[in-house]
Parts: sequence; structure tokens; C-alpha cells
Amino acid sequence: MTRRLMEGSEAIVESAIAAGCRFFAGYPMTPFTEVLEHFARRLGGSKDGACINAESEIEAIGQAWGAAATGARAATGSTGQGLSLMQESMSEITRAEIPIVIFNMARGQGDYFQATRGGGHGDYRHIVLAPTDVGEAVEITQLAFHLADKWRHPVVIYGDYFLAHTAEAVEIERIDFGKLPEKDWAVDGLLGGSGKSRNINPIGMNKGSKGIDPNGFWQALSEKEDRIAEAERRYEVVDVDDAELVVVVFGSLARFARAAIRDLRREGLKIGLFRPISLWPFPSEALADATAGKTRVACLEQNAGQMVEDVQLAILGATPVVSIGGISTDAAGFGIGALFDSDLIRERIRAAYEGRAVPKGVVV
Amino acid sequence: MTEDPLRVVAIDSAPIGACRLKNASLPALTLMGEHDLCPGCGEPLALRQILDSIESLNLSQSTIGVIGIGCYTALTSLMDIDLIQALHGRAPSVATGAKRMRPENLIFTLQGDGDMVNEGLQEVVHTAARGENVTCILLNNGVFGETGGHMTSTTVLGQRTKTSIDGRDAGTHGYPILIGDLLSRLDGTTYAARASVHDAKGVARARRFIDRAFRSQMKGQGFSFVEILTMCPTGWFIPTAEGPSYLDEELGAVHEVGELKRDGVLIEK
Repeated sequence: MTRRLMEGSEAIVESAIAAGCRFFAGYPMTPFTEVLEHFARRLGGSKDGACINAESEIEAIGQAWGAAATGARAATGSTGQGLSLMQESMSEITRAEIPIVIFNMARGQGDYFQATRGGGHGDYRHIVLAPTDVGEAVEITQLAFHLADKWRHPVVIYGDYFLAHTAEAVEIERIDFGKLPEKDWAVDGLLGGSGKSRNINPIGMNKGSKGIDPNGFWQALSEKEDRIAEAERRYEVVDVDDAELVVVVFGSLARFARAAIRDLRREGLKIGLFRPISLWPFPSEALADATAGKTRVACLEQNAGQMVEDVQLAILGATPVVSIGGISTDAAGFGIGALFDSDLIRERIRAAYEGRAVPKGVVV
Repeated sequence: MTEDPLRVVAIDSAPIGACRLKNASLPALTLMGEHDLCPGCGEPLALRQILDSIESLNLSQSTIGVIGIGCYTALTSLMDIDLIQALHGRAPSVATGAKRMRPENLIFTLQGDGDMVNEGLQEVVHTAARGENVTCILLNNGVFGETGGHMTSTTVLGQRTKTSIDGRDAGTHGYPILIGDLLSRLDGTTYAARASVHDAKGVARARRFIDRAFRSQMKGQGFSFVEILTMCPTGWFIPTAEGPSYLDEELGAVHEVGELKRDGVLIEK
């Protein structure tokens, strides 16, 4: 396949199809809607797959749950608002250990906590990957399906309006991330009457024995999440060796920060960039290493201050941390705010570099 | 006068003195084990009809059940078929996703009235309207049994529950939903029926309706629905022995037994 100009939504969907995604269910909502549209076009009339225009987000994730339980690669998605409605199922699917991919085209970065803290009831996390551009989203979409199968765990892709609607030239081919275990846990009905039939459930029920073991169930999940946290931290580090200031930024905003830092470096300011790609597990150790001995760390995010908590937890006071982002959205609330301006970001980074105060919030 | 104590027979031993037992065999799709359901509960009776139906239709190796949350959830440990445990109310959506990926399988949901008619009403209505080729089975006892006897959307007028202590009153609590009647009116529904397990005839009828619903699904006709009225003497706060007659006379008088739709054609009462 040759490179083709595609908006992020289409590229994500084509990449999901290349990864073998056979089922999608979603409910339209800006800025996620086009992901559903492209899945409907690709899987809607397909013999091997299905795309359901679900009647609600609650039903969308339920449908994806059922499809994934049969072993098919399945996905759903929405915005942060829609994900709020899905949280009950996301919690249960995590405990039932069903691999599923959730495309969260969020309205900005205000849903960082929702994405990284589990979001629903119970004691759990799921993997959250935040691509910075369409090219990376193509790779991360396929990685998401791989990690979901590898760990039998939900994977959320955290995007936004920019990712979903920016067109870039991309080439989409299936990426091989290595061998995966057989899905012998999936239901196909074949084991009925054999005494070995399965029950894919989120409460620790077994066949042939009464009762549940919630304690052991939660403990096993917690231990699996520890192993995921150890193995799946992903990040990008740029120019930190000589840096006095390290800017921490994720997602689409990192593209604007990158341009601002490039300008400032030309002026001779020693600034590096650290970009978490996995928001959970957060790349804490790598961030601590990248910022050790620096004068300052600047956390740039499009919200009132959420990721900065993870940054501070990673650095543990070794280096001063300042917030240079803020709440920033448009009149429709879609998360396209004044902060997406490399000039504005450049001056905020410059202020942090020089130790001057940065105004809280973004005044339009 | 004291009653003779019942002779306790270990369930996995040969029946002792069970001279009235015609067939001592267990249904093939049942696993040995204990469960926590109350004496007089109607749900195991309904479950057995479902499992027997699957076996008799030669669908033992092609069935996936999607289970709601209620007392019957405890029975999943005794069901020797592949299962997906769903959230309260969400089984029809989960069944939809499973069916789209495995259309050759028999896919059914098992839900209570709290699960299907309260929490998950939109799920079952949308699944029926879509004409999804799955079977939803409702165990309707008109009460939240697992929480200890609270009003549901199918609780009949006058019925006493912990949240309608003087009996359900239309002015205060509104009216029960006749879910079978509602679903049968949707164009996507091809089969709908209501049975009751208060007596042997009712149990046999439930089995017949389940058979027809499953056959309808395997013929690819669209959405099928079977409602089975079940006893819950614990949740109704009545003596165990009065369960069947209470079911027949109180719930059965409102949720009337019979086929509601067959081959896509409504059956007039």
C-alpha cells in the first residue's frame, strides 16, 4: 500500500481493520463521530465483521463486550462524556479479563483522570495510550489490539479533536508485534456438556463450585496490573541531556510544544521534552531519570492540573515542577482552545525557563 | 402436631425410596453442586427447562448463555454450557455482540424482572426492535429477590414488598409493565410467550415455549422472547407452600400466560 492522505479517524479505523478488528459498536458524538462513520463504512455490510450504530454508549460497550468474549478483536469508542456512561462496563470487562480497545476522542485533556484512574467502580486500571499525531496513532491502534490480547485487558486510546480530524499522509499495513497466546478462554459453545464449559465473568465464579472469591479475584487482577505497569511504560524523550528545563506534555499538545521548544533552542535556551505515550502505566522512572539534576520541570496540559500529579509523584520533589497549561476550550466545548498556539506555548515555556510566574489558566 | 421430618437424600447418590420418580437421571447439561437459592424458588425449575430444551434440540455444543444479575446468577456454577456473565440489565447487548460474531450459535440471555424490566429495559427493547436473532428469557417473580423483596417494574398492584409495604398502589408507585406484551408489539420480535412454573402443566408449557423460541432463532427468524413466571415465597413474605398458588392467582392474573406472538404474527387473546 502507498501513502495516502487520511484524517486521523479514517487512519485509526483502517489501522484497526489491518489489525484484524472485526467488530465495532458506537454512538455518535463529536469529535468521535467520524471513527464510527468509517467503521460503519468498512464493517457495516461485511460478512466477516459487524458495525452497530448502538442505541446508547451503554449498549455500545455491551455489544463490544459480547463480541470480544467470543475471541473476536472488538472495539468501541466515544468522547470522555460517552466514556462516563461506559465506565460500569469498563470496570467489569477489566475484571472479566476481556481484551477490548476503546477509542476515546476526548474533548481536550480534561478527561486525563477519568482515563488513567480506572474511571469506574472498583480497584483497577486499564492501559491508556496517547498518540501525538496520525502516524503514531496508526501504530498505536495496532499495538492497542496486541496489548489487549497479550494481557487480556482493556486498552484505551486517548485522542482528541485534532487527532481525529487532522489529515496526514500515512501508510497502513499490519504490524507484527509478536506471538500471542491462544484464546482458549473465549466462548464458542463447543464445550457444552463436557464438564469443561466456560463462564467469562467479572466476579470470580467457577463452574461446579458454589460462591465467589472476591478477595482472590481482586488480588490476582492487582498482580497482573503490576506486571503490565512493569512491562508497558512508553514515552518519548527529546533533547534532555543538556536541558535545564524539561517540558512534560502528551497527545496533540505535544506537537505544538515541540515547535515552541525548537524555536527556543534556536535562541540558545536549553530545553528538553518528555512525552508520556502510555498515560497508564505512567512512565515514572523514565521521567525521574530524564529530569534528574535539572533546574525545573514544566508540565503543559490542557486542563486545570491533572497529569501534574503523576509528574510530581514520579519526581518526588527532586526537581521543582511548575504547571504552564490550563483550561482551554472553544465555544462548543470540543477542546479546541487558545492553548493550541505555539507562540503562546513558547512564551510560557520561556517564562518557566527563566523562573518567572506563568498565569494560571489561558486567557483568550 | 409435628410433621415428619423430610428424609434428606444426598443429591449425587441413588434416590432412596423415590418410588414416584419416573426418571432418576439428571439433565445432561447440569453440573453437580450446591446452590444458595431458597426453598420454593421457581428459578431452578425454569432453568432445567432451558437446559433440557438445549439438549433436546441437539444444541449442547453450540450454545452460549448470557447471564444477568439476580438470584439465578448463582445457578451458573451448575450450568454446563459456555456462559458470559453480563452486568445487571446489559445481557441483551452482550448477546447481540456475541451473536454478530458467531451467528451459527444459539445465543440466549437469562435475566430477572429487576434486571430486564428495570435496569435494562432499553437494552431488551432495542434488541427486539433491531430484530436481533437472539432469545431473551425472563424469569419474572415481580420482586427483587436477591436484595430481599423490593418492588420491581413488574410488581403487580396490591403486591407487598419492602418498598411498597401496604401493597403496590398505582397512585404512589405506578403500574406494572407487561413486558411480554410490550415486546410482542415490536416488528423485530418474531416470537413472544409467557409461561408460569406454578404447576406441572405450566412447567411443560414453559418448556414448549422455550423450544419454539430456540427453534425460531435457529431458523434465523429474528428476536424471540420467553417470559417465565417463577415463585419467590421469600420475596413475597408468604409461606413456602403458598408460592405456587400466589404466583398463579396474583402475578398470573396480571401477567397472563400464553403465546403472544408466533412467526411474527400477534396472537389475539
